[in-house]
Amino acid sequence: MSYEIERATGSWELVIGLEVHAQVISESKLFSGASASYGGEPNSHVSLVDAAFPGMLPVINRECVAQAVRTGLGLDARVNLESRFDRKNYFYADLPAGYQISQFTHPVIGAGKVEIELADGSRREIGVTRLHLEQDAGKSLHDQSPDSSHIDLNRAGVGLMEIVSEPDMRSPEEAGAYLRKLRTILRYLGTCDGNMEEGSMRADVNVSVRKAGEPFRTRCEIKNVNSIRFVMQAIEVEARRQVAIWESGSAVDQETRLFDPQRGETRALRSKEDAHDYRYFPDPDLLPLVLEREWVDRLRAELPELPDAKRRRLAEEYGIPDYDASVLVAEKPVAAFFETVAKGRDARLASNWMLGDLFAALNRTGRGIENSPVSAESLGGLLDLIADGTINGRIAKDVFEEMVETGDGAGVIVERKGLRQVTDSGAIDAAIEQVLGAHGDKLAEFRAGKDKLFGFFVGQVMKATGGKGNPALVNAALKARLAS
Amino acid sequence: MLTDLSLADILKGLEARSFSSVEVTDAFLGAIDALNPRINAFITVDGQGARAAAAEADRRRAAGEAGALLGVPVAIKDLFCTEGVRTTAASRILQHFVPPYESGVTARMKRDGAVFLGKTNLDEFAMGSSNLTSAFGPVENPWKRRGDDAVLVPGGSSGGSAAAVAAGLAPGATGTDTGGSIRQPAAFCGITGIKPTYGRCSRWGTIAFASSLDQAGPMARTVEDCAILLGSMAGFDLLDSTSADVPVPDYRAACGANPRGLRIGIPKEYHADGLPAEIEALWRQGIEWLRDAGCEIVDVSLPHTKYGLATYYIVAPAECSSNLARYDGVRFGERVPGEDLIELYERTRAAGFGEEVKRRILIGTYVLSAGYYDAYYLKAQKVRSLILRDFTEAFGRVDALLTPTAPSAAFAAGQKFDDPIKMYLNDVFTVPASMAGVPGISVPAGLDASGLPLGLQLLGPHFGEERLFSLGAALERAAGFTHRPALRAGIPAGAAA
Repeated sequence: MSYEIERATGSWELVIGLEVHAQVISESKLFSGASASYGGEPNSHVSLVDAAFPGMLPVINRECVAQAVRTGLGLDARVNLESRFDRKNYFYADLPAGYQISQFTHPVIGAGKVEIELADGSRREIGVTRLHLEQDAGKSLHDQSPDSSHIDLNRAGVGLMEIVSEPDMRSPEEAGAYLRKLRTILRYLGTCDGNMEEGSMRADVNVSVRKAGEPFRTRCEIKNVNSIRFVMQAIEVEARRQVAIWESGSAVDQETRLFDPQRGETRALRSKEDAHDYRYFPDPDLLPLVLEREWVDRLRAELPELPDAKRRRLAEEYGIPDYDASVLVAEKPVAAFFETVAKGRDARLASNWMLGDLFAALNRTGRGIENSPVSAESLGGLLDLIADGTINGRIAKDVFEEMVETGDGAGVIVERKGLRQVTDSGAIDAAIEQVLGAHGDKLAEFRAGKDKLFGFFVGQVMKATGGKGNPALVNAALKARLAS
Repeated sequence: MLTDLSLADILKGLEARSFSSVEVTDAFLGAIDALNPRINAFITVDGQGARAAAAEADRRRAAGEAGALLGVPVAIKDLFCTEGVRTTAASRILQHFVPPYESGVTARMKRDGAVFLGKTNLDEFAMGSSNLTSAFGPVENPWKRRGDDAVLVPGGSSGGSAAAVAAGLAPGATGTDTGGSIRQPAAFCGITGIKPTYGRCSRWGTIAFASSLDQAGPMARTVEDCAILLGSMAGFDLLDSTSADVPVPDYRAACGANPRGLRIGIPKEYHADGLPAEIEALWRQGIEWLRDAGCEIVDVSLPHTKYGLATYYIVAPAECSSNLARYDGVRFGERVPGEDLIELYERTRAAGFGEEVKRRILIGTYVLSAGYYDAYYLKAQKVRSLILRDFTEAFGRVDALLTPTAPSAAFAAGQKFDDPIKMYLNDVFTVPASMAGVPGISVPAGLDASGLPLGLQLLGPHFGEERLFSLGAALERAAGFTHRPALRAGIPAGAAA
């Protein structure tokens, strides 16, 4: 979908690339045996290696490499059987060694791609340039004491995957869709929990603007944006800032900026001239990382079904619309929920119920699919009652609300409240007579040619049965009665 | 006298119960007491720890236990972290640092029953060839020129270890060699030292200077003693990704192997301009000794030798500039407070590091910086691979190389120190092997005209240590080097020269 900023000189196109830092799910840190788990007392997950004591050496954590490779495979990317670790040198109090071990020239994962889907149903492929492994830094706490800063090294050395996209995105919406899709893939793979609030997924956003057909203009990098919504907002305000600069006849300076969500603006952090010289060089403490083809193949064979494949399969196997399938696969447990409900049932109906009533109920109750008030089995039970004619669709809505509230099964509620559908033709006929008798005027109008009053009669008959009339039977009986 | 015994003889005596570990340890501690105030070979003497370890070794031996170094006192270069014993790297910045862990190398030696006498002096962070850069003061070479009382340097960086062994303050010591730091001081002090193949000994827990070059090795008075020590020090360590998973052979047995039939290469590039005639002569003598031992002598060329030093003085400082970034006053070591973080860094590092360390950090930072990286660091790495290729090709033709260890005998303090470049030239014969990661041993082979020891160096292919021990022992037998320095255990300090 096109997104352009219109100005006097014409329209401006956005060029967006994202660098996502995704924390690797692993027991221990990237180069040490200390726990990589979140939380814990400050400095309780710190080994001598993490604190960079004299003579300490890094040893690569095999599981972190496996997670990076799984992610690479999930991004349909090239796995580099030989990669290398480099040191990125800079001084900071929460960077114990004075350098971060990263992969600069030879990343473990090369080019891949992410397919995004936009609100209008269109799809686009966003290129992934590379994925590399690196260490996280610790945390400086400046609010613990009036005259000194405190350092928490629990995060220091935790494995991160830096996933760099091509500058392929052209709108905030595309950037949002890319991040959501990337997060979905990471979660499917179990390689990152994608939790942006806790900081286990963070994004640096590169933005520039240009006139159609131009080469790229100067970009700015917005550091460390910690929610998808903020990423989209940051892009929008940054693009407008840059357009204003170009329109005024000046030029955008290449710089690193920060997004302030409160004020809705980006602020300069440092200019290109102040940029660190990181003095990258190959870490002499580590040998090149060499992967065996068979090991990679085994990881590939063990990969779970990924969102795109699952979407295609759900659409095909269950005959549901592609859009529904793409919504269902956005979260793995939702897709699993759907498959439990849909197996052996009307899958379209299952999908409609989930995307409609179930999602509404989850939103209302503030719950996730994992602790849904109505289990997949329960929802299946409800659909069974619809399918076998025990209740009709309208009653089913009421039953569902009751299920959400009480947690009881559909069958129990139907029995308790006497909501069984009326299929007795005698009772339906009686209700028809009653309605026609009460609305002689309408009947006359109908007979005079006002056909659309048929719907009115159906509604009245359903009402007379307390909503329990079988809609098909009511329709047929009413049609026959009025034709006579 | 116990302090005159070789390490092998001490082991023999302990096994025969001729004396106890406590007795022999006390003998060395006594010698340290007497001489260390002058020689300054030890930064830290751990008498209490040594006596306790000796008593424990005696108990273990009495209980029938054995160990490759059970009860043998040794000195440890103060670059190896020793649990509970101050480890300084001869730097002010670590002057009070007591590691809560034991280095991989010293842990193996402890496992084998070694008794640590203390921590020996070195050039600060192992950067130097003279021991003059130590924050704990220089080490005095126990050797004197004939008729001259001038204080000579012991070489470096493992100068404290070399001086301690030469003076009979320890029968053996650990050293580390980055560009010659075991071999050159061994030559200056008339003892034997071997730099093993890169990866042979664990670097875990040894304070890093230049990670791709640093390698621990033993120093002792005989080739066999070095073999005994290396057998304990060497071996694969999971905690050091660059350590080699290669079995440790019986180095001691290798000392007795006949070198007959081995082909010895003489690299023509080592005939450096200005090489003193007596060193050239000793080299020729060494060639003859090996020929007499049945070796075949072959002229070889290592064409990139002339780039060795220049390349080394890019690679080593580059790595050191990064390795030493952790000494920032934040988590351990000395701290000089400042108004903000930057000032804390600046003051801490200004006060904590000496001139030579600062010089190398600056050089290293420069060669890695944007715009210079390709011209310096990257180029140096390319040349380094050419130097390695020189050796690989040479070792395709010969089994070992014979060269002088250093271009001079020990020099007087202050004689070269005013010019760092001159100082760097001392490593000209040792640096290429470090760049290639191949092993090298220095064996004392004779005295110069003024009575100072000179060493010959044997270089072997990767993991060719056994061959070096065999050849080194042959040189040792032929040279019959039994000279001892003026300053040594049992000789009153005032009696020197």
